[in-house]
Amino acid sequence: MSKGFLEIENLSQRFPQPDSNDLMTVFEGVDLNIEKGEFVCLIGHSGCGKSTILNVLAGLATPTDGNVIMDNKEIKGPSLDQGVIFQNHSLLPWLSARDNVMFAVRARWPHWSKAKRREHAERYLKMVGLDHAMDRKPSQLSGGMRQRVGIARAFAIEPKLLLMDEPFGALDALTRGVIQEELLKIWSETHQTVFMITHDVDEAILLADRVLLMTNGPHAQVAESVKIDIPRPRKRATLHQEAAYYPIRNHLVDFLVDGAKAMSAKAQEAAARGDDPRHRPRIFNPAQPETNPEPGPRMVRAV
Amino acid sequence: MLSNLNFRATVLSLVMLVVFLGVWQLATAPEVLAPQQGELSEYEQLMGGGTDRSSSSGIPAPTQVFSHAFSELSNPFYDAGPNDKGIGIQLAYSIYRVLLGFALAALIAIPLGFVIGMSPLLNKAFDPYIQILKPISPLAWMPLALFVIRDSNISAIFVIFICSIWPMLVNTAYGVASVRNDWLNVARTHELSKVRTAFTVILPAAAPTILTGMRISIGIAWLVIVAAEMLVGGTGIGYYIWNEWNNLDLASVIFAIIMIGIVGFLLDASLAQATKLVRYAD
Repeated sequence: MSKGFLEIENLSQRFPQPDSNDLMTVFEGVDLNIEKGEFVCLIGHSGCGKSTILNVLAGLATPTDGNVIMDNKEIKGPSLDQGVIFQNHSLLPWLSARDNVMFAVRARWPHWSKAKRREHAERYLKMVGLDHAMDRKPSQLSGGMRQRVGIARAFAIEPKLLLMDEPFGALDALTRGVIQEELLKIWSETHQTVFMITHDVDEAILLADRVLLMTNGPHAQVAESVKIDIPRPRKRATLHQEAAYYPIRNHLVDFLVDGAKAMSAKAQEAAARGDDPRHRPRIFNPAQPETNPEPGPRMVRAV
Repeated sequence: MLSNLNFRATVLSLVMLVVFLGVWQLATAPEVLAPQQGELSEYEQLMGGGTDRSSSSGIPAPTQVFSHAFSELSNPFYDAGPNDKGIGIQLAYSIYRVLLGFALAALIAIPLGFVIGMSPLLNKAFDPYIQILKPISPLAWMPLALFVIRDSNISAIFVIFICSIWPMLVNTAYGVASVRNDWLNVARTHELSKVRTAFTVILPAAAPTILTGMRISIGIAWLVIVAAEMLVGGTGIGYYIWNEWNNLDLASVIFAIIMIGIVGFLLDASLAQATKLVRYAD
């Protein structure tokens, strides 16, 4: 296997339980690579440990086992190389939108002059369409605008890896659609490596190069890596006209409805037998099922 | 609509003031009660009731208090010896003691509260002492302070210090401990040093809570200074009130009471203003 830009090796997370000596295994054996410039989405049910994986990548959480290597360096703690966009925007409420971005820019390039920091911050705020609201405090912005400031702040520090934990989960559908397209635009300009958690299958298909599917916890695993074989630039409005759209969508939804649970049961049996949980996700391309290396246990529903 | 409400509230306040002053004036007017006849009781002789016929009850009428207030305020800073200083000088002494004791307390309470708030260990370790020391009446420290410090003025400042420290300490520790984890994560993901995190994230986040503690402290300090100065004597508005009581000059006592209220209001309002500057909407 070639060395990727981001290598996640045999990652496991176990927590002590309140009334038992046994550890509760949230996920285990997570083993995958992410290439530079790739946009990867992680989908799974609540409680399967998606956010924990993201926090490990951010350096905010320490895994029980395994390690993460980015650009040949192990991730040991939070750093400016990993930009994070949280679901609840986490802007500093006493700073204006511009000052929030400048705060990050200053942390990234402490020796820049104030004018340069300001110019840089304003450039990214303009990219997310906030030219007119830069002086407003977060409390004076709508939910969508706050999330845009968060996106501008994360992109402005030009991290090696951008992590997003359900960034649009708290937004209404219309706003979400607009910001998704803005995100695509910025991403196509900057070619950041992005790792994003989402609940929304359509969002994942619109944005991602690859969707990772996670089984249910406990003993959750990243079971499949689904290639999103749809040419870019993608448009939300025309996405469903792509030939590959429905096979991909059906595959993802099937997994979430039945597969996640069935595979989770298998994983738990395997764990009970004491098998090595280390598991590389099966690579799958629903658009071209004939190219898949091994047939899946489930059939892809016909369009 | 709002200005209308303000206007009506002002009118109502003024009406209440007029009614109160009217009742006070009537209650203390010599005509209301029949002039006293015959022998003065022993109490009346002691209280000077025999010589002061201007007021039947011994309590001065509002008009007397106002004319006294006018003459005091027209020359607030005269100094005619230890027992006869202008109200301005006495208030200045009290304000100086309060501000000095308060500032010293802030100097210790805010950094200490910061450290306690950031460390769950220290938080737990300090907690029993804070809980026991906090409810002690600051005046209970006075004898010990006088004995150790051997200076009544510094002892008064110490009493102010000890009563202002607790609300600031508790509020700072609470404010720092309850800074949102999201914001701390922002600091961590941006690789801020501990010191930079303290000044650029924790301090602005906790500032409203800290300022609230300071506001509570200065209110308590102003309450306590009057009693403390009654005990230590010499100067200050508390001593002034006690001195005028000994002189049976109730007009001065009432005037001083009103002045204490006004100064206390101004101290509180200035910190309320400062709180506004650091407040943020979340």
